[in-house]
Amino acid sequence: MKRWIVFWNILAKDMRTYYLKPPNISWGIVFPLAWTAMFFIRSGSGLDSIPAMLPGVMAVSVLFGTTSMLAVTVTFEKKGRSFERLLLAPIPLELLMLAKTSGAILFGVANAFVPVLMAMFLADLSGVAWGPLVPAIILIAVSSTFLGLFIAVSVSEVFEAQTFSNFFRFPMLFLCGLFFPIEKLPVFLRPLSYILPLTYGADVLHASIRNAGRMPLALDFILLVVFCAALFTVSLRNIRRKWIT
Amino acid sequence: MTRPPAIQVRRLAKCFDEVQAVVGIDFDVREGELFGFLGPNGAGKTTTINMLTGLVRPDSGTIRIAGIDCSNDPKAAQHLMGVVSDESNLYPELTGFENLGFCGALYGMDKPDREARARELLDRFGLADAGGRKFAGYSRGMKRKLTIAAGIIHRPRILFLDEPTTGIDVASARQIRQLIAHLNAGDTTVFLTTHYIEEAERLCDRIGFIVKGRIVRIDTVEDLMRRTEGRHVVEFAVTRGAPTLCEAILETFPDLQCEAVSDGAVRVESSEPVRIGPLVRFIEDRDAEVSEARKVRPSLEEVFVKVTGIEATAMKQEKEKGKMGGGA
Repeated sequence: MKRWIVFWNILAKDMRTYYLKPPNISWGIVFPLAWTAMFFIRSGSGLDSIPAMLPGVMAVSVLFGTTSMLAVTVTFEKKGRSFERLLLAPIPLELLMLAKTSGAILFGVANAFVPVLMAMFLADLSGVAWGPLVPAIILIAVSSTFLGLFIAVSVSEVFEAQTFSNFFRFPMLFLCGLFFPIEKLPVFLRPLSYILPLTYGADVLHASIRNAGRMPLALDFILLVVFCAALFTVSLRNIRRKWIT
Repeated sequence: MTRPPAIQVRRLAKCFDEVQAVVGIDFDVREGELFGFLGPNGAGKTTTINMLTGLVRPDSGTIRIAGIDCSNDPKAAQHLMGVVSDESNLYPELTGFENLGFCGALYGMDKPDREARARELLDRFGLADAGGRKFAGYSRGMKRKLTIAAGIIHRPRILFLDEPTTGIDVASARQIRQLIAHLNAGDTTVFLTTHYIEEAERLCDRIGFIVKGRIVRIDTVEDLMRRTEGRHVVEFAVTRGAPTLCEAILETFPDLQCEAVSDGAVRVESSEPVRIGPLVRFIEDRDAEVSEARKVRPSLEEVFVKVTGIEATAMKQEKEKGKMGGGA
């Protein structure tokens, strides 16, 4: 049994049927563009503000792109029962779900670089540390995708997937330190910040783009990996418990 | 050394919340056999098939597929299986050809192999011209045929078919039955659930009746039919008043059993050969004409009704209603 054939074909099918559809490509471009424009206008400090707002825009683009897409596509396939075909395939569930989530991860990473490409024409990004930035974006995309998977396993309708995604996404955005420093949050909210994967991803982004990280990069990366592993493990356990009843 | 049964089930049970869907069933399906699993809605057919294919975890009992214990190595067992669920669950946005190719890839088939096989199956299922069209645009019968083709793309040893002909047109259903028979002739073991008794009678080597999660009988079609041997049934087509005539026949001929099949048909049953002459005269003396009298061969449907106590037509109508309304 050539497992790479299964992995590649699930990924290729999802890319073609979901992520590379014109509405999603336009969403992937328009959404970061709109966020960039919004923050740019709001900051009022001209082109110099671009590096400061880049981490926020990148993280938002990844978070919204990945969680929505995965939760919706998996719920859609579950509802149409085509997901049963995947569960019946003679491959381990771990490999199947990795294949299923890879499309969303790639979509999220591509979304993150749309604002970077735009920023390249408007600001000087020579000081950006790409070494930690690229793996951080990948890990943010992985953790957000696995959050989308966790949501998909918890709901049965597509609209529930959307609603439940927002339940996680909006608090995460405001608590992770992207737009307000964690130190300025009310004391009782601060512990919540530290149980969000995006907090550590945002810290690496701030460190890479503006040299303004608060925690050691190694700690950020370790915690991001731990969050990814935990979300994937919990989601797989829930799939076994809820979908293979 | 003898080969293990294609499917071996022992004391298999499953409970959903308060409902005991399957109650400790046992059966074997031999290699190359076409085994029919019959029962009304909610009898436990789909739960059983889902347990056999690994979509539902049994509460207790064992399942062996070609000797492989499914609780130890479900994925090895799944490699030998093809599964056609009771709904056409392919990808609406892919073409027929792409759907088959994707399903082949799920079993690790190389691209040239799965593409050649997809073309062969599209041709065999009469879908060659529709292979480039999206699945969403297929008719119900075409969807069903493509779903079966997807179930056999990887040449499985054992094929599970859940209600393959429900809710589709007569011509497509007939073609699907021919395809099932052809597959079975080619040594594929087939596990078929259906509520069409005539379909099971025509196709299956052996049949299991399941009611309320329990198997009430398993036998070959011939042995099941033998239960009705020694019964003699004659049906009279009459011009009017079959129910009244029936009551009169029962009063006058106490040895006979009589039933009005419709307003224009009376069915008489006896353990002795039925003497037609006196009955025709009796009916015609009551101002009704007999246009036809014919001996009726007892059907598997009657065996089913006798064994399960469930009216087969009611079962069929219930299922069709469920399908049209989108239920399963």
